[in-house]
Amino acid sequence: MTDIAGRYRKRAPGEPRAVGYLYILPALAVFTLFVLIPLGRAVWISLYDWDGLSVGTWAGFRNYTTLFTDPELRAPFANALILLLFFAALPIVLGLLLASVSSRVRLRGLTFFRTVLFLPQVLALVVVAIVWRWIYAPDGLLNAALRAVGLGDLARGWLGDFHLALPSVGLIGTWVETGLCMVLFLAGCQRIPRELYEAARLDGAGAVREFFTVTLPSLRPEIAVAATLTIVAGLRTFDLVYVTTAGGPGDATSVPAYEVYHRAFETGQVGSAAAIGVALTVLVFAITLVVTRLIEGREK
Amino acid sequence: MNSHGERLASYVILTLFSVIALVPVLGVLFTAFSSQRSLRTGFALPDGLHLSNFADAWTRGHFGAYFGSSALVTVTVVLAAGLFSILAGYAFGTMRFPGTTLLFSVFLIGLTLPEEALVVPLYFDLRSAGLTETYWSLILPQTAQSVAFGTFWMRAYFRSAPRPLIEAARIDGASSWTTLWRVLVPAGRPAITTMVVITFMWTWNEFLLPLVMVSSDALRTVPLGLVFFQGQHSAEFSLLAAGAVLVALPVVIVYIVLQRRFIEGMLTGSIKE
Repeated sequence: MTDIAGRYRKRAPGEPRAVGYLYILPALAVFTLFVLIPLGRAVWISLYDWDGLSVGTWAGFRNYTTLFTDPELRAPFANALILLLFFAALPIVLGLLLASVSSRVRLRGLTFFRTVLFLPQVLALVVVAIVWRWIYAPDGLLNAALRAVGLGDLARGWLGDFHLALPSVGLIGTWVETGLCMVLFLAGCQRIPRELYEAARLDGAGAVREFFTVTLPSLRPEIAVAATLTIVAGLRTFDLVYVTTAGGPGDATSVPAYEVYHRAFETGQVGSAAAIGVALTVLVFAITLVVTRLIEGREK
Repeated sequence: MNSHGERLASYVILTLFSVIALVPVLGVLFTAFSSQRSLRTGFALPDGLHLSNFADAWTRGHFGAYFGSSALVTVTVVLAAGLFSILAGYAFGTMRFPGTTLLFSVFLIGLTLPEEALVVPLYFDLRSAGLTETYWSLILPQTAQSVAFGTFWMRAYFRSAPRPLIEAARIDGASSWTTLWRVLVPAGRPAITTMVVITFMWTWNEFLLPLVMVSSDALRTVPLGLVFFQGQHSAEFSLLAAGAVLVALPVVIVYIVLQRRFIEGMLTGSIKE
């Protein structure tokens, strides 16, 4: 009797198991056709020299080895890693700054702040890019602000400057991602039991030690989520670069995602473009895996 | 520091960052309402309420047509991806059959897979199939990409759905299909809403795919139309700003109404069990 009941429970809810495949079929079909097969095709194309029109010639792994040897291809990856400072590191630090002061108190009006801080996340990136082009323009808001406080000498066309274009694009990323980190950490802080702080204080901990012994460890899951989301967003930057600088001046702001588009659809180096795309995918998976392991692994 | 000082410091930081988040947004809004003759890029209070910018953008800037394309693509993707995700999430969340773990981990690949890797083969293969320059080239790939998140999200809901609810339906003799649509879907409205708004936002804001797949003006979605318009009329600030507001507005309205659902869905970035 119990045996039958047990078997019954296993095949919830009451139909032959095979019906499960039917439920999955539509999702799996569309996912296979338009994600899995293209992914395989990307790997295949990356092994050829192909201009997108004529017949490609076998290139083996050459499109991958040149990623390391060709300075024109190393630059976008180096730029992407620098952008991560602005897209991931800086927003997390700013978020933690807020967390460090708000962890021991209960705050009111959080809904309002959360709505405003999170707003940049929901705006289309092309809109964000157009607004920031205006801010960075030679006669834009940033230069006007600098002149107003007597720092007019610093005014310049920010996105046209060889050394400052990349940090300028990066700061747009900081503007987009900081709210996300703050909202995450703020929610995390409100969850930390206050007894932990009282215990730390009894042990004679100051504000700094409290941050490192209580706040930071308690926020570990939130930091993992923030790091994963911001790093993936940073590595995938395309819209921002396309609209603000088109990779320029020179290749100062070129990033892998932009280089994929540029090579595949503007200069006819389709094999190389596919290789960059595949390399970017590997990089995204590797970094997210390492980050999640590093931040969450110690918990277990 | 005492707790009074800390609270004050928190509010100062929160206010400072809120202002930084709002200034660019208000800048566009003010510019969009300024007269077309003003050559400033806004960030000052508008010189009146010139709604004509929006009418101009709608007709002369073709934003009316772009809206139509975006609406068609977005509604189709949201409906198709939503339906497929509910079905797949239901199977992964409540049923056991050989290969569940393997099949589900295949979907997980889609969660962080950068679209940039797919866009090259997608373009050339859809071109061979005669599908570029059609809405299908925008709808099919985006449905597939949204299904990964949707299945992951809906599976979590169905796993957490109360067992007694499912068992009761079963004892009443309901089939798995009836149980899903009569019992679990009505009870799962919050989870489904989250999935819908996230898919809506992704599809509405998508730029790379339309940039690559379509070149005819009639098929352009709003983000693509905005960038194209900017290339043509970069000096017409108020018109461009009105266009930018039109692009952002639908998502921002839904965001303000369903803020909690948005944030909840967007923060589910890391794969956790």
